[in-house]
Amino acid sequence: MCLAVPGKVVEIEGEGELRMGRVDFSGVTRQACLAYVPEVRIGDYVLVHVGFALSRIDEQAAIETLRALAEIDALEEAAADDRAASGGS
Amino acid sequence: MRHVDEYRDAQAIASVVRRIRDTATRRWALMEVCGGQTHSILKFGMDQLLPDTVELIHGPGCPVCVTPLELVDRAIAIASRPDVSFCSFGDMLRVPGSGDDLLKVKARGGDVRIVYSPLDALRVARQHPERKVVFFAVGFETTAPANAMAVHRARAEGLSNFSVLVAHVLVPPALEALLGCEDARIDGLLAPGHVCTVTGYRDYEAVAARHRIPIVVTGFEPLDLLHGILAAVTQLERGEALVENQYARVVVRDGNAAARAMVEDVFVVSDRTWRGLGAIPRSGLALAPRYARFDAEQVFDVAKVAVREPEECRAGLVLQGRLRPTDCPAFGTRCNPEHPLGATMVSTEGACAAYFHYRRAPLAAAESPLTGAG
Repeated sequence: MCLAVPGKVVEIEGEGELRMGRVDFSGVTRQACLAYVPEVRIGDYVLVHVGFALSRIDEQAAIETLRALAEIDALEEAAADDRAASGGS
Repeated sequence: MRHVDEYRDAQAIASVVRRIRDTATRRWALMEVCGGQTHSILKFGMDQLLPDTVELIHGPGCPVCVTPLELVDRAIAIASRPDVSFCSFGDMLRVPGSGDDLLKVKARGGDVRIVYSPLDALRVARQHPERKVVFFAVGFETTAPANAMAVHRARAEGLSNFSVLVAHVLVPPALEALLGCEDARIDGLLAPGHVCTVTGYRDYEAVAARHRIPIVVTGFEPLDLLHGILAAVTQLERGEALVENQYARVVVRDGNAAARAMVEDVFVVSDRTWRGLGAIPRSGLALAPRYARFDAEQVFDVAKVAVREPEECRAGLVLQGRLRPTDCPAFGTRCNPEHPLGATMVSTEGACAAYFHYRRAPLAAAESPLTGAG
């Protein structure tokens, strides 16, 4: 029930408690309440749960997480190469 | 899909799994709290990719599963009334009550409707002033802001035919109850990313300090979960017990202030009984006094509904992480999604449902959907 899906905000109307938007989930658009993400603008990605955007997805934080994962990948590749070069398994 | 596909890269997954294997020098038991994470783990076969040194224990994070039987029976009693339009998330309809379930009420002609959002239930109330519209407000902290907004709007609009049957529960008190057991064997926690989207993770810092265990706020995609597991294992190997945030693209330390403010306006913290865990003080939400007229339990006289727990269902042990679904004698035979004995077999976040859907028969590691045939 805590399922939440990222989507791109394509329309915004209303304000305050009645701030609503349309969110594009890879081609399927649905209405979502944007009252809890007042900072969100058209083009931003939001996380939507039961018709409510709960968070604006932070692009910079996403890049940093992916960079950390890429570093693990690079280190593991290097370690695998070392093992292969030394004849280990 | 943006912000999804990046976290399903097979090569990166293999690297993080190798790093976890290289980091863990002894066996560690980690609990993923959220049932959505449990489903992701089984769906992508991640439990089979992990080394034997990491054991995943499935937590109680399925709000449908922990909703006590008496509340399901009250829902059925209300939904059976001819003057009521009963709206619910789809998950609740198949959950067995003492006798029927909500789907059977609908089959008998009851006006039971599946809604995507509590705002849909509010719309039904606006469109049908002659009907008493009830929304089954089930959920953890993630869902509370949505349900709070529905009640808040009903009050602001003066809707007198709308009420909610509240079954809201809170994660940290349940974690305290699980970790406080003398025989608890949880070394680290993956905290539920979407709950923390709303609440932030300050409360988890207190839990980590009190029980001296690492807690990693974790997302739901395969790389999110493996990244969270790696962070927890790294802390355990170093002897640390900190709260880390793996899901920083979505979660900030203080959560969503606007959402929390609405929840605090509409609800108050209350004692709650959890199916499988029992009564836990201050572990749920109830409507604040000024919203009392929207409380379906008061609108309809259902407090005296009698309850009989099914004897054969062992969901309580599953929800505490003490029994693997496949170790239940009824699993897949007398209990299956078509004929469930308990909620854990029907909810989209129930651990029994996850094992049934994704791993009915043991799957060879090489057949994991992430690694393909190689």
